[in-house]
Amino acid sequence: MSKKIRVSYLLNAVGVALVFVVLSILFSAGVFGTSTTYIQGICTTACYTIIMVASLNLVVGFMGEFSLGHAGFVSVGAYASAIVSGLLTGKGLPDLGLFLVALLAGGLAAGLMGVLVGIPALRLRGDYLAIVTMAFAEIIRVCFCNFSITGGGKTMSGILKLSTFPRAFWVMVVCVSIMFLFVRSKFGRTIRAIREDYIAASASGINVTFYKVMTFAVSAFFAGIGGSIYAHYMTAMIPTNFNFAYSAELLSEVIIGGTGSLTGSVIGAAFLSVLPEAMRDFATYRMLAYSVVLVLVMLFRPGGIFGHWEFSLTRLLGKLFKRDTVKEGA
Amino acid sequence: MLEVKDLCVNYGAVQALNGISLTVNDGEIVSLIGANGAGKTTTLRTITGLEKAASGSIVFDGHDLTKTTPSKIITLKLAHVPEGRHIFPQMTVAENLEMGAYADKTGMAKTMEDVYARFPRLSERRRQLAGTLSGGEQQMLAVGRALMAKPKMILMDEPSMGLSPLLVQEIFDIIQEVNKAGITVLLVEQNAKMALSISNRAYVLETGTISIEGDAASLLDDPRVKKAYLGQ
Repeated sequence: MSKKIRVSYLLNAVGVALVFVVLSILFSAGVFGTSTTYIQGICTTACYTIIMVASLNLVVGFMGEFSLGHAGFVSVGAYASAIVSGLLTGKGLPDLGLFLVALLAGGLAAGLMGVLVGIPALRLRGDYLAIVTMAFAEIIRVCFCNFSITGGGKTMSGILKLSTFPRAFWVMVVCVSIMFLFVRSKFGRTIRAIREDYIAASASGINVTFYKVMTFAVSAFFAGIGGSIYAHYMTAMIPTNFNFAYSAELLSEVIIGGTGSLTGSVIGAAFLSVLPEAMRDFATYRMLAYSVVLVLVMLFRPGGIFGHWEFSLTRLLGKLFKRDTVKEGA
Repeated sequence: MLEVKDLCVNYGAVQALNGISLTVNDGEIVSLIGANGAGKTTTLRTITGLEKAASGSIVFDGHDLTKTTPSKIITLKLAHVPEGRHIFPQMTVAENLEMGAYADKTGMAKTMEDVYARFPRLSERRRQLAGTLSGGEQQMLAVGRALMAKPKMILMDEPSMGLSPLLVQEIFDIIQEVNKAGITVLLVEQNAKMALSISNRAYVLETGTISIEGDAASLLDDPRVKKAYLGQ
């Protein structure tokens, strides 16, 4: 690893830690007074939404296929993790350990589901694939409405409240970092080649179906982790939470943020998680504003607000303090 | 080098190829000419495994291609330049070429310099996005990318499609140069005159069967070929 890259990683780590420290100080100093818990909750929501949206962007933005069933993977993760944490409660695991085990279980369950759905579905492309993913999410929802272990159509409640803001924040940071490295890797470039021209990719010797299924599985894995945080934050959920509207909401956040930009997903998801809360006073007009934003973005920035652009702290600092970074990089 | 025997391919109930046989020997340029819908592209797609053969055999260098998946074909050193200039538009010229070496990266830098030497115009545009190249340059890039795999044989599907006459000439010159460098070529073309003028041998495909075969020079004089494909 070159020194430049190491410096860049270090800078980003410091930047992320700084954001966390600032938020933590704001919370503990009680700047928000009585609404501290409320705002902390919004931030937690933003964290898991970011993971879900960024993971969907892997499929939509980087692989170039539409998935209308992301909520299906989220719900598989949410329920699997809730069941696992329920089973392991009182087995002597510390809270944090339990949380991480539940996350991993949720992610793996969803990832496995991604492979199972991906193998038959990813031979299809475009509209056909979109419809299959939508059908998958509906099937999952109906199944969870009828399994007794998920509480059937009633609420599955009594899930431990393990998702605190710091935990959700750091899980989000780790997940987004891994996804970023994934996109930048050789694997990511292969996926891009498939998006650009699958015939040329296949002629170059790329096993198109394998890479598509793998990407789908990775995307589902992170969706499952997002779902796990969701479950342990809400502590109660019903399968109808994960309906088509939820999938569509995640998809529109990807599109508004920018297909093919993880920065866009992070900022888009954070913004759109905060927006509804900020506009509570105008609750009636909330959906209207949301739709107007979507239409405006599509009209003026069809690639999403950020397009393919990625934010780079290193680049920004380099511009601000030209001399310093040159010295560091040398 | 490549031997196709009694190949039949069906699209549902429609028979696209009705038992065709053809041979390509080491170092040759062989063309496959014929009208629209005769089955030229189907033949190539079946060779590269994109279509399934109903019966018959395809043997390349001792390997049975009917049992090989498309992504493995390139590892046998059989490259494919698909119809219609399939390049990666949002990647740079250099990245496109690197993708060509996907299956075998040994000596990639050297191969890339060779490709740039053959296509100086690509060399000038290394950092440019491939989607912004002209049609002729994109076709050169597609050929260059195939060369990155260091193939023994290249299958070319309609390389002259949509190019100006001047560029058609250039592409055919390139095919001859590539062949002189020791790479066997199977060329599928609608531009029968140009194809025959650079080929050693040729096959004429008509509605799924091979109607005429022989030396390219004798086919150029064949009254049937003249009438149907050369407009004479």
